[in-house]
Amino acid sequence: MTAVAVIPAYNEEASLGGVLDEIAAIDGLTPVVVDDGSTDATAEVARKAGVACVRLPFNLGVGGAVRTGLRWALEHDADTVVIIDADGQHDPGDIDALLAAVAAGAGLAIGSRFADDAGEYAVGGTRRRAMGLLNRIVRMTTGFGSTDATSGFRAMSRPVVEYLAREYPVEYLADTVEVIILVRRSGYEVVEVPVSMRARAGGLPSARRFRLVFNYLRLLVGIAGGVLVGRRDGGRR
Amino acid sequence: MSAAAQITLSLVALGITVWVIRLVGLRRLRSKYALLWLVITVPLVPLAAFPAIVDETGDFLGVNYAPALLFSLSGLLLLGIAIHYSWELSRLEARTRQLGEEIALLRARLDDADRGDS
Repeated sequence: MTAVAVIPAYNEEASLGGVLDEIAAIDGLTPVVVDDGSTDATAEVARKAGVACVRLPFNLGVGGAVRTGLRWALEHDADTVVIIDADGQHDPGDIDALLAAVAAGAGLAIGSRFADDAGEYAVGGTRRRAMGLLNRIVRMTTGFGSTDATSGFRAMSRPVVEYLAREYPVEYLADTVEVIILVRRSGYEVVEVPVSMRARAGGLPSARRFRLVFNYLRLLVGIAGGVLVGRRDGGRR
Repeated sequence: MSAAAQITLSLVALGITVWVIRLVGLRRLRSKYALLWLVITVPLVPLAAFPAIVDETGDFLGVNYAPALLFSLSGLLLLGIAIHYSWELSRLEARTRQLGEEIALLRARLDDADRGDS
């Protein structure tokens, strides 16, 4: 069984090394760093750690980097892919639980901060309400009881990787929330796995507040489009 | 404006709205551009059905001829969209140029590697 860990990284030289060290300790996991047009030494850190590094010529955003990573994984015959952040927020210790969920038959396993009291992760009021709204949208459109729809810490089976390598929506928020809806509507099982999240080891939060409303509206238009067309083309396109 | 004209115009605006959202679902249109057009078509649905809204807003703002308000607003929105397109186009041009450079550099590296082999 080949599992690939896709690590999208944009200017994460401070934290990437630590994350790669922890991932190296996990058996049977091939890491690949997708350097999303970084201007710092991110690619250098990956090279020194002896880890494969795919360098994008310019910044494509997390969604674009993940999509590139998924295609790399397919080319390297991965049968499971786990996506983990380079900023140290995701605990590589939880990877085994995510992979186990996929091995047990799930198409997509989402690491959730809120699935139970796996860890104490405090979020502010506005952010909590905003995240609650996204979970409700996922529940309304798919019936899946999502508790952490924006979590980027995920594992997926090969058929889902093949599907997403074509269909991955690259926009911020759509790359997490809409993906759940697409995968679920394509007939794959989606599960949540409780994970703990740590404080960022370095880097800056990718979401700026003033863009939030625009991002939400854009996501809603995307989801509305999918619902309107009734897209359920799991293996067809 | 006659009731028939109001209903027709309102339905046209609604139809365009649904069409734009459908294009997003079909992956023919990216959601960010769809959002741009929806900002225009969605308010048009009630405005076409109840043109009195335009008159009242005009009165409220002290505009003599209310439809002029509508025209200048739509003109502004279209200007905004045109500027946005120039911005996106500039970004695309920069990226295409960068891609060309990347390929040229990769070719040079491949040539170097070939020479090293022979």
